[in-house]
Amino acid sequence: MLSESLKAKFEEIIARYPLKRSAIVPLLMFGQDEIGYVSDELIEEVARAVGVPAIEVIEDVGYYSMLHRQPIGKYNLQVCTNVSCMLRGGEAIFAHCSKRLGIGHKQTTPDGLFSLEEVECIGACCGAPAMQVNYDYYENLTPAKVDQLIDQLREAHRNLGSGTGE
Amino acid sequence: MPDYQSYAQGSPLEVKVISKRFGLPNSASIDVFLAHEGYQALVKALKMTPEEVINEVKNSGLRGRGGAGFNTGMKWSFVPRQSPKPKYVVCNADESEPATCKDRPLMEYDPHQLIEGIIIAGYAIGSHQGYIYIRGEYRYLMEILDRAIAEAYQRGYLGKNILGSGFDFDLATHTGAGAYECGEETALLNSLEGLRGYPRVKPPFPAVVGLYGCPTVVNNVETLSNVPAILLMGAEAYAKLGTPKNGGTRLFCLSGHINRPGVYELPMGFPLRRMIEEVGGGLRGGKKLKAVIPGGSSCPVLSADQIDVPMDFDSLAKIGSMLGSGGVVVIDEDTCMVKLAWRIMKFYAHESCGWCIPCREGTAWLQALLARFHSGGGLPQDPDTALDASYNMLGKTLCPLGDAAALPMISILKKFHHEFEEHLKLGKCPFEKNGTGAF
Ligand SMILES: Cc1cc2nc3c(=O)[nH]c(=O)nc-3n(C[C@H](O)[C@H](O)[C@H](O)COP(=O)(O)O)c2cc1C
Ligand code: FES
Repeated sequence: MLSESLKAKFEEIIARYPLKRSAIVPLLMFGQDEIGYVSDELIEEVARAVGVPAIEVIEDVGYYSMLHRQPIGKYNLQVCTNVSCMLRGGEAIFAHCSKRLGIGHKQTTPDGLFSLEEVECIGACCGAPAMQVNYDYYENLTPAKVDQLIDQLREAHRNLGSGTGE
Repeated sequence: MPDYQSYAQGSPLEVKVISKRFGLPNSASIDVFLAHEGYQALVKALKMTPEEVINEVKNSGLRGRGGAGFNTGMKWSFVPRQSPKPKYVVCNADESEPATCKDRPLMEYDPHQLIEGIIIAGYAIGSHQGYIYIRGEYRYLMEILDRAIAEAYQRGYLGKNILGSGFDFDLATHTGAGAYECGEETALLNSLEGLRGYPRVKPPFPAVVGLYGCPTVVNNVETLSNVPAILLMGAEAYAKLGTPKNGGTRLFCLSGHINRPGVYELPMGFPLRRMIEEVGGGLRGGKKLKAVIPGGSSCPVLSADQIDVPMDFDSLAKIGSMLGSGGVVVIDEDTCMVKLAWRIMKFYAHESCGWCIPCREGTAWLQALLARFHSGGGLPQDPDTALDASYNMLGKTLCPLGDAAALPMISILKKFHHEFEEHLKLGKCPFEKNGTGAF
């Protein structure tokens, strides 16, 4: 079941467009933010909300790199290795995250806390090397800063209890 | 949220037209905006006729900051005035061109400047609805924009009968979900209609058949952010800031092996050498310059002996490159250009939407060739084969993503041919020891 607040958000977004199907991707994004991934139920709900067959929603899901069909870690580390970041050590940052967490590209730690992803330019080129943890930016990274960040995220998670949602 | 310092350490050489409010406390709020000339350009525009507004923008020499550099007023004038269909203004905030991070501060520190520019564009072409298509990764910016839009509605700058003029305009944000191709204007329109972001055949151009089949103007964030300043200072004064046919200033994103990376607002036509040496403080560690990407990864790479060039659209075209999106990447002597070519191609292979075969196959295939070549398994004929493959992508696709992949590749193959030869001779990367060379 989608939450009441998410349903209200859906209504508000759909009202922005003369054609309801324009809302498909925004609804999937906000739904994913709440549920953690694009579930079968979310696809059905979005299809119903905008009045298209579910297959048309699934078609969109496969196209966009930020939409995923499986649950991922609570904290998704998205490390940029594109040109500006590569020139300032982005690959070493990715390798460091990988070693520290024991996972590779698009993998999740067994406790479900962290996922890791090598991503293309995230618009933080002047603060390279950079990454996003979920939607938050971290720039001018060093391996030491990454260690500190991972420790902080672990700590934040412990203090919040072991919920998996956002 | 990053503080302003992370974008720009500032330079006394800057000419601040669209970044002048950056760094003011609370610069994103409507009150600060109103206290610093905010919405005055809209007041002025609403007293002019739409044709007068379009002419003013045309005469300012403002050219699209999204990459192609088309004259903005001219683009607006292509929208049919008598169309019975609704018209749309779409702001392209997809900012995904590698090395480009200038729309971000414009939305973060001055969202109302952008909103004002969009409303004026709407008035000029006779549109009553605008959308800001913003890349999914920029969620915090969407929240800033949503707050600013709500403020603008509250104060009567958006909605019905704006400032008593009888002109109505609505504006909403729209999130993308990760796709470089959705920055291409026709793919963007498909995406905004809830479809996959595949490009459309042009013509018809969006100005005639765009969103929902209606006349649509698609403009970049920075382009639209310039419009209020043009109306306030006048077309002539704005044009004079730059070079002939290249009006105004531009946000340049200096990145790579530079001492002071950052986003700097400089006059159009500012010399590249001074940008690197004086604005950016030269190369990190006193290294020698090897190459420069002048305007995002889609542009042909410049070699170190080509930097005595004014940074405007026409001057870069004259030396066979492009001003593109303003992303200037400084590359030092220790960098392996084969590896750089591979990384650029990896990006385009990842982002090709797969609709046109030359782009889909060409990018994937070149990426594989370059990976093998860089790791020591290259064949003597590989550089020629890569050149041939690149030329077979150029101009053979619906949208310019194929060109964007081929152009930097061709420039590296031609200008840094000797690096390919060294890889062949050594059987491995000659730069491996530098860290930036190895995979
Ligand atoms: C593959 C591709 C990606 C693009 N990405 C962007 C982008 O992220 N932002 C942008 O403003 N323009 C982008 N463009 C250019 C747009 O197609 C279009 O020219 C631009 O939005 C027009 O606005 P302007 O005239 O104000 O520059 C891209 C073009 C291509 C071919
Ligand atoms: S290249 Fe890494 S953020 Fe742009």
